[in-house]
Amino acid sequence: MIDVLNKGVRRIHAWPLYIVGVIPAVWLIYSGATGGLGAEPIKALEHRLGLIGLQLLIAGLAITPLRKWAGLNLIKFRRAIGLLTFFYILLHLLVWLVLDVQILSQIWADIIKRPYITIGMIGFILMIPLAVTSNNYSIRKLGAKWRRLHQLTYVAAVLGAIHFVMLSKGFQLEPFAYLIAILTLLATRIRWNRKRVVA
Amino acid sequence: MANRWKNDLTLDDVTPRQAFLNRRQIMAGMAGVTVGAIAGPAFAQELEPNSYEDITSYNNYYEFGTDKGDPARYASALTTKPWSIKIDGLVDRPGDYSFDQIMEGMTVEQRIYRFRCVEAWSMVVPWDGFELKDLLDRAGVQSDAKYVAFETAYRPDEMRGVAYPVLDWPYREGLRLDEAMHPLTMMATGIYGKTIPNQNGAPIRLVVPWKYGFKSIKSIVRITLTDTQPKTSWNMANAREYGFYSNVNPEVDHPRWTQATERKIGGGLFAKRQPTLMFNGYEKEVADLYRDMDLSKFI
Repeated sequence: MIDVLNKGVRRIHAWPLYIVGVIPAVWLIYSGATGGLGAEPIKALEHRLGLIGLQLLIAGLAITPLRKWAGLNLIKFRRAIGLLTFFYILLHLLVWLVLDVQILSQIWADIIKRPYITIGMIGFILMIPLAVTSNNYSIRKLGAKWRRLHQLTYVAAVLGAIHFVMLSKGFQLEPFAYLIAILTLLATRIRWNRKRVVA
Repeated sequence: MANRWKNDLTLDDVTPRQAFLNRRQIMAGMAGVTVGAIAGPAFAQELEPNSYEDITSYNNYYEFGTDKGDPARYASALTTKPWSIKIDGLVDRPGDYSFDQIMEGMTVEQRIYRFRCVEAWSMVVPWDGFELKDLLDRAGVQSDAKYVAFETAYRPDEMRGVAYPVLDWPYREGLRLDEAMHPLTMMATGIYGKTIPNQNGAPIRLVVPWKYGFKSIKSIVRITLTDTQPKTSWNMANAREYGFYSNVNPEVDHPRWTQATERKIGGGLFAKRQPTLMFNGYEKEVADLYRDMDLSKFI
């Protein structure tokens, strides 16, 4: 079964994923502009983009455990998933800056005064070098350092999930489900016998 | 006794002109005009009631789910007939008051109020209802009563959201007696001249226009007059973020966001933020209630 899947995966290209992955963003922005996201499209768009970003983070983090535990090799899609994650989080941030907060002085005040925004912002900043080095040239150039660098994904994912937990009102299960999913996927990477985290 | 308070808005204002204007602006925006240039003329910021569609599709009513669309999707499960409110505590005539008993002899009037959510969005709503004072007078408030506690219906069979411990159900709110007796404080039973939809708190809800929206408790089943400050749901969940008073105040930020500005619902993807007014624009009417209080402490 896994062999069949792996064989199938080998036959398809990764590049269409970039196109497919951008479609939801285009659709959301179009819906927001034409009334499809309800009475308050700004928050709706902001939240949906952030949520897709978190879902993509989870998808990206699932690839290694899937190969390790299920033998399913989806590694060829990982770069596309990673770059799409950055794309959605960048859009999420832009919607917040341009459409939601709007006021420049308030944006800066929010970043330093509101812990959930500070945390989200740090998570985003950590993703920048990852997006910039998601290409064959950087992998060759950086060598072993590239793997170390891309472990920042773990930190960014946890910060993203904490950001989500912190911004919810009352006690809500959904943000915790994301946090637990991310922590679980990270836990699969721990080599328990050596008691230290290795990629 | 009704008609003690005079609207500064009339039925002529009900066309949701801002929403209309903004649709035009989005077209302009798509044609390549920058976001900053499509702020819209100043008059678009002025008070105009939101459309019935906006008011009834974008709601916080966590008993039916935490998504803004959940109440409109699921609140139809709530049985609102028959309905009664138990009025108890420090009153001369405690008891279960049926909805029909309550409405008998009440003059229902329309009031167009600003509605400011603690989440920094706002609407303008044409409510139909009566002053809470008229109901409290009927029950006979005793002289030692100082506060009024309210409770929303708690019906696990009809409210899918109460299965989750988002808040400590049932939803509870409270007012100081003078706030409750203030002529602006009303019990609403309709919107736009129609029976209030379930997602907006049918069949009867509180409306306190100078406080954040969560104080205006929905689908009330109990009113209790007390001499001690009642426990209120959001305050129990997070006292630092949601005070007992929760008066709209642009100078006191919510710990997680500013309260200095708000966005009126209905302006589309490019709606501008507008300044939040002290006491949500009702300063003239209610500032006296708090004249000796430090509002940065009594949040």
